[in-house]
Amino acid sequence: MPESSKAIREINFHITRYNPESDPAPYVKTYTIPVREGMTVLDGLHYIKENLDATLAWRYSCRMGVCGSCGMLLNGKPTLACNTQILHIATTDLTVGPLPNFDIVRDLVPDLMSMFDKHRGLNPYVTRAEEDEINDPAGEYYQSPEELEAYLQFTYCIKCGCCMAACPTLATDARYLGPMPLAAAQRYNRDTRDDGRRERNELTGGACGAFRCHYAGECSRVCPKGVDPAKAIQILKRQLVLDYLHLARRKRPCQKLHGPGQGKPLPNVPAAPARTV
Amino acid sequence: MRETKYWTWHMAAGVVILFLLGLHMLIMHLGGTTHLFTPHAGEAVSKANSLFRDGRLFFTVTYILLLGVALYHGLYGLRTILFELTLKPAVEKLTTVVLVVLGLGLFGLGTWAAVVAHAIAQAGARG
Repeated sequence: MPESSKAIREINFHITRYNPESDPAPYVKTYTIPVREGMTVLDGLHYIKENLDATLAWRYSCRMGVCGSCGMLLNGKPTLACNTQILHIATTDLTVGPLPNFDIVRDLVPDLMSMFDKHRGLNPYVTRAEEDEINDPAGEYYQSPEELEAYLQFTYCIKCGCCMAACPTLATDARYLGPMPLAAAQRYNRDTRDDGRRERNELTGGACGAFRCHYAGECSRVCPKGVDPAKAIQILKRQLVLDYLHLARRKRPCQKLHGPGQGKPLPNVPAAPARTV
Repeated sequence: MRETKYWTWHMAAGVVILFLLGLHMLIMHLGGTTHLFTPHAGEAVSKANSLFRDGRLFFTVTYILLLGVALYHGLYGLRTILFELTLKPAVEKLTTVVLVVLGLGLFGLGTWAAVVAHAIAQAGARG
């Protein structure tokens, strides 16, 4: 926070505090801080920790909306504290709480392990039958720009947990896989290099899978990266039904390109210049 | 994948219901105008017109089919709503069993009624 920037308003931060080792239940504590234009909620929390209460706990890392560590509930909406400016969402008061639908580690720190456990269970990586190639890659797989476009937006997920916090189904059923893991499953299902869809179908099409989603759409509304997990889940449902009815197009995963110098030269194409290094 | 199976049949049942309910509406509410499957005078639900339809195998099969798909569609929907109440896994299983038994019981009763109505109408037609 530059010294020269002028304090323009005092904002009351109503922050949910909770230490599971000493507090019987979460409670709200209010801090009043001077807010300058351009100051983010994360800056406000730093101000509180440095000047008002050193015991306040939260999690952050990159400060620029990339790492997904600082997801929290700001004025009732799950979002990232680092890319939310205080004066954009508050005039006098701002409520700050931990992400709902997760256990609280302390204060504003949610325990995201339940989300990551579900995510890991869906094999969120490219799987192929060729074990050797997976363990010791010796080439590249061809994928066209159009094929990449089919799943590209789902790769922007930063696993911040905002969608999981906003999901009304997850709020009532902790066993539901939730938007982030299901969108991740869809991301790999649509990847032409992947051959693990039918294995993932066992979980995504199970009792806690995609069919528990009732399309409230909150996950897509709150996503700070503009990902659309609700769409991913609807596509996943369609794919599951087509797979069950054996109507899905049977496509083999894309094939490996030749390694350098191993390809068959095309006719009438001049040879590449000799290597100089 | 079991949920996928249930969901797929739920959707399919919905489509069949749409078609059969359309047929039902056509006969019951437009019968006075179209006289479709209502050859006798009076309302589509009059005894003579009802017996006329009950005596036809097409309608008996249609009644049983509509009963089956409506029960499945409705009870699966009810199960989904009940599962929203955060039931324990054992209670969810029990709910499924109760709904299956209820559905089969109602289907059996309805099928029996349709078959008996068909037999009565056939006997009446033979005099």
